[in-house]
Amino acid sequence: MSTPVGTSATIASPTSPVAPRETAHLGRLDAVGYLICLGGIVRRELLRFFNQKERFFSALVRPLVWLFIFAAGFRNTLGVSIEPPYQTYVLYEVYVVPGLAVMIQLFNGMQSSLSMVYDREVGSMKVLLTSPYPRWLLLLAKLIAGVTVSVVQAYAFLAIAWFWDLDIPAVGYLAALPAFIAAGLMLGSIGLLLSSMVKQLENFASVMNFVIFPMFFASSALYPLWRIRESSETLYWICECNPFTHAVQLVRFALYGQFEPVSCAVVLGVTFAFFTLAVVAYDPGRGIMARRGGPAGDPS
Amino acid sequence: MSAGAVGAGATGEVPALEVASVSHSFGARRALSDVSITVERGRFMALLGPNGAGKTTLFSLITRLYNNRDGRVAIFGHALDREPSRALARLGVVFQARTLDTDLTVEQNLLYHAALHGIPRKAAKARIAGLLDRVGLTDRRADKVRTLSGGQSRRIEIARSLVHHPSLLLLDEPTVGLDLESRADIVAIVRALVREEGLSVLWATHIFEEIAPEDDAVVLHKGRIVARGKAGTIGRADESLEEAFRRLVSEPAKPAREAA
Repeated sequence: MSTPVGTSATIASPTSPVAPRETAHLGRLDAVGYLICLGGIVRRELLRFFNQKERFFSALVRPLVWLFIFAAGFRNTLGVSIEPPYQTYVLYEVYVVPGLAVMIQLFNGMQSSLSMVYDREVGSMKVLLTSPYPRWLLLLAKLIAGVTVSVVQAYAFLAIAWFWDLDIPAVGYLAALPAFIAAGLMLGSIGLLLSSMVKQLENFASVMNFVIFPMFFASSALYPLWRIRESSETLYWICECNPFTHAVQLVRFALYGQFEPVSCAVVLGVTFAFFTLAVVAYDPGRGIMARRGGPAGDPS
Repeated sequence: MSAGAVGAGATGEVPALEVASVSHSFGARRALSDVSITVERGRFMALLGPNGAGKTTLFSLITRLYNNRDGRVAIFGHALDREPSRALARLGVVFQARTLDTDLTVEQNLLYHAALHGIPRKAAKARIAGLLDRVGLTDRRADKVRTLSGGQSRRIEIARSLVHHPSLLLLDEPTVGLDLESRADIVAIVRALVREEGLSVLWATHIFEEIAPEDDAVVLHKGRIVARGKAGTIGRADESLEEAFRRLVSEPAKPAREAA
């Protein structure tokens, strides 16, 4: 036989020294396996995070610069009148702290998304996706890992900001934990969906410009919305519709031991919507993977 | 012969890998046309093809990075679209790109992979110790991956692909960029696995020294299979495999001829 054989014929295999067999998979595909997989992904993200200490500090420096310099400078210009959850006039520094804490989470969510794009470029995303578990679980694990990191960072910031005499009740720090988790989940989900849409790492600068800055500035993080309303009704409504506003408000109220139901509903709803869309985007049959020719960098 | 006949291999058993009449397009660009490949259990199959032939697309489909649009892919009889978990659980992959976390240690990388397959930590550690021994890198267990040489990290990637005890191993040009000695190590390790553990292997390459005459081989060119058979019998009697390959990929892609 000197010519190629037929398209679908196969070649009889000679007897191997060892009988070919289908080996037993070592892992478990049940609920315990799900948890092991989830734990492994979270663990890896945390290991990577603690290997990059500069990332931790730079994430802290940004809000501290705002608090230390910006807020000090605007202290007298931007007085904040009494509005819930505050029961008295508050200094501008006090007002911006919740917004800055959630800003850390915003940056963190985008950073996780950036690392997903990077993983896709270098190929470690492929390793993740060969896991036998469903994609939603893999994405959820990524999300949980990112939220864990962002909550730790937010509390580290609050610990330093404590020296500014914020008058946050002790119980507020505790009550804010679920709020931070919810805010982190929402911002992480937005980041996940973005990571599926950004094709290359270089495009990330535009994510900064078109996502992070508008979300941050068109929100209640730096100024109460009634002040915006005084200058523009349209802008006010944009801010009201901005999910970041609701993440900030949820945390702001929680820090003072109060619950803001509308913000909570918005944050949870947006989380659900964006996470669902991200799962669709990463679905091997429907999403961007197939249409765009798979993870970036596949030449053939 | 119809595509349906691919399911039953020559041995009568369900083959390790069955790719039947798979086509795939990215928009208007057709990356794969009617590709059928069967890797029998315990066999080493070489997938030969120049750059851009569609090897990576084929690997992406088999690893379910994205679904195939036409045709069927099954691993030990588990169709990827219907039973993806069961199929992927039996599959080990070494990708062309380096995919280890360089900031993590060898063991951390392997434990991460074990977790992706739901292997409890204790069992994973024992398995990893055995695999590091097999690839000859036991002493590097606690070292960061960035301190390893190219050949060593490839060996770790092979160990990683085996952590969950797969029955089918896919390697996408695993020796690219390695020196001769490391290349020989990689080939020897994988061949020993086929011989000693009955592992089935699909090995994409364009380095002919890595292929033995008795290996199964398919030549992929412009998204089509243009030749298949025992590596030693591909091409005319007066040609080596390399010469046959060069001739085949310089011709316009035509489907493989039926056996005479």
